[in-house]
Amino acid sequence: MLKLKNAALLLALCGTLNAHAAEPATPIKVGVALDISGPFATIGAETRDGLNLAIGQLGNKLGGVPAEFLQTDFAGNPEQANQLVNRYLQRDKIDFFTGPVASNAALAVGPALFAAKVPYLSSNPGPSQFAGKQCNPYFFGLSYQNDTYDEAAGKVANEKGYKNMVLIAPNYPAGKDHLGGFKRFYKGAVKEEIYTKVGQIDYAAEIAQIRAAKPDAIFFFLPAAMGINFIKQFVAGGLKGIPLIAPGFSADQDIIQAVGEPMLGIYNTAHWAHDLQVPANAEFVTAFRKQYEGRYPTVYAAQAYDVVMAMDAAVREVGGKVNDREAVLAALKKANFKSVRGAFNYGPNNFPVQNYYLRLVEKDAKGQLANKLVATVMEKHQDAYVGECKM
Amino acid sequence: MDAIFIIEQILNGLGYGLMLFLLAAGLTLVFGIMDTMNLAHGSLYMAGAYIAAQVHQASGSFVGAVLAAIAATVLVSWLLEILIVRRLYPRDHLAQVIATFGIILIADDGVKALWGPSPLLASMPTALAGPVQLLAELPYSAYRLLLLGAGLLVAAGLYLLVNHTRIGMLVRAGASNRAMAELMGVRVDRVFSFVFALGAALAALAGALMGPISAVQIGMGEAILIPALVVIVIGGIGSVRGAFIAALLVGLVDTAGRAFLPPLLRAVLPPALAADLGPALAGIAMYLLMAAVLILKPAGLFPARA
Repeated sequence: MLKLKNAALLLALCGTLNAHAAEPATPIKVGVALDISGPFATIGAETRDGLNLAIGQLGNKLGGVPAEFLQTDFAGNPEQANQLVNRYLQRDKIDFFTGPVASNAALAVGPALFAAKVPYLSSNPGPSQFAGKQCNPYFFGLSYQNDTYDEAAGKVANEKGYKNMVLIAPNYPAGKDHLGGFKRFYKGAVKEEIYTKVGQIDYAAEIAQIRAAKPDAIFFFLPAAMGINFIKQFVAGGLKGIPLIAPGFSADQDIIQAVGEPMLGIYNTAHWAHDLQVPANAEFVTAFRKQYEGRYPTVYAAQAYDVVMAMDAAVREVGGKVNDREAVLAALKKANFKSVRGAFNYGPNNFPVQNYYLRLVEKDAKGQLANKLVATVMEKHQDAYVGECKM
Repeated sequence: MDAIFIIEQILNGLGYGLMLFLLAAGLTLVFGIMDTMNLAHGSLYMAGAYIAAQVHQASGSFVGAVLAAIAATVLVSWLLEILIVRRLYPRDHLAQVIATFGIILIADDGVKALWGPSPLLASMPTALAGPVQLLAELPYSAYRLLLLGAGLLVAAGLYLLVNHTRIGMLVRAGASNRAMAELMGVRVDRVFSFVFALGAALAALAGALMGPISAVQIGMGEAILIPALVVIVIGGIGSVRGAFIAALLVGLVDTAGRAFLPPLLRAVLPPALAADLGPALAGIAMYLLMAAVLILKPAGLFPARA
């Protein structure tokens, strides 16, 4: 009799335990490593604003399940990013990861995340390594592959008939991807290929080199503060007559706002523009400008917004069971969300097959400087590394 | 590589060198006279840059911004000297380095609390944002010319102050033999307070002027402190003349390394290798110069102490 009573008690106990297990004990945790300070700080701020807009619209939920977004600054330092990711993995047991702006940070944190089976949805960098030989089912290059913006820019340079060009980029993995991508499509001569320090702010030596080389045009990949300083000093150095052509990163809203008038007339390429005619995009741009004092969003904000929406769709697809990582990966790969760039498809290496557009910095109806979409350069373009990826 | 290219790079090198000199002059005097290592000198540079950027943005006056930055930084340095640095004089170098490193950390976090972690965008005064036609084929940034002019003016002023005034004589006496100067009745601690404030003013001036062509951000002081230390080691500790010559040398070598090495390497090596090697070699050019000087003259070019 006593035994029976005990068994009943045990059963009751199990019942309460089960009841607890059924409702999610902890919210879904998303680890976000941000570049709020450091060489990519202006981009980090855009990433944060894009993420927070989406998080707000979803009411701090992913797929209807409460979610917690851990946001920490790592100052653009890959070593610090690594420490942060280890903390996220071991202490916070995150379910998703996103955030870093630069490829060196993405390459540094990738292996630990993949080993821990945490999906990494990139809100910006698309290093060639992760698109090719080191591709991984846990990495989603939701944004773009580094070389692709520049491949489109190379095509534009050919169309403009530039025969002699100087190329300039910071000396880090993405810098090499970007110039490599440009050279893959550009058919003219490369007079100088200049690599500078990451985070360099004084470009006097490089400007003298450009003056001496007398190129038809310059292709420059210098994101964030680097681009701001380069263009200001380029104008101050009296080189304004030489046309500048750029991947979108060197002429996006963060740089336009800081530099002002000298940006007018710079052609740049991107997979997205604020005036791209897609319903989801119109909604996003209106909401962004409403929340952030009329400011136009950048590519970075658009990508960050897409990242949260992609997570949301995947969590909904698996019914909130984020511990079933195989199912989460399959759901992420489906990419069943309304991207602000229109229809969204991954290629076999988890990098998007998408259009690339030509944008031109102009004044809008209210006299505010902004990029205007002028043409489609490439349609349904996939990166050059997809063949090297064995997944 | 034509003449215009070389002239432009020499101007760039001199400009950078003069800014380093503003920073190194204060550092070398403080170290020379009181034998005190003040790593927080870079934080004063950062303070100057932040205050100037803030005042320039708020008031629109660049001259006013520079003056405000100098005044505020001198005030901060005065407090710093009374509260902390004064207690460090009798301690050994290790204690000084650790304490002033602590000040750097506090200063960086203080700036983060006041201005946030993102860099400020300091702008050039609009009148100087364009180029000046220096030679027929060489338009040169008007703002950089201002830096050159300001740097030379300050160097001349310091020369007069140190070599042709009574206070300058006391400073030199303190630097060359402090104990003897004290025995002769010089109140070296007062001289030192003056020198510390002067160093702070120069650091703030450098920060305010460099702000628009560099990034006004946390850690900017540490980044420039290292070349400034290289300058005072090459110049000979305690010597303003040494700091001047060494600053110009370091400025020229650093610029030359960045400007001339990569094209030369590209001519003899495959581009990918040259792209890796060029910036690396340019980065160590300054240290090679220091090593060469120290082999030939272990006390630096113009040692202040006999």
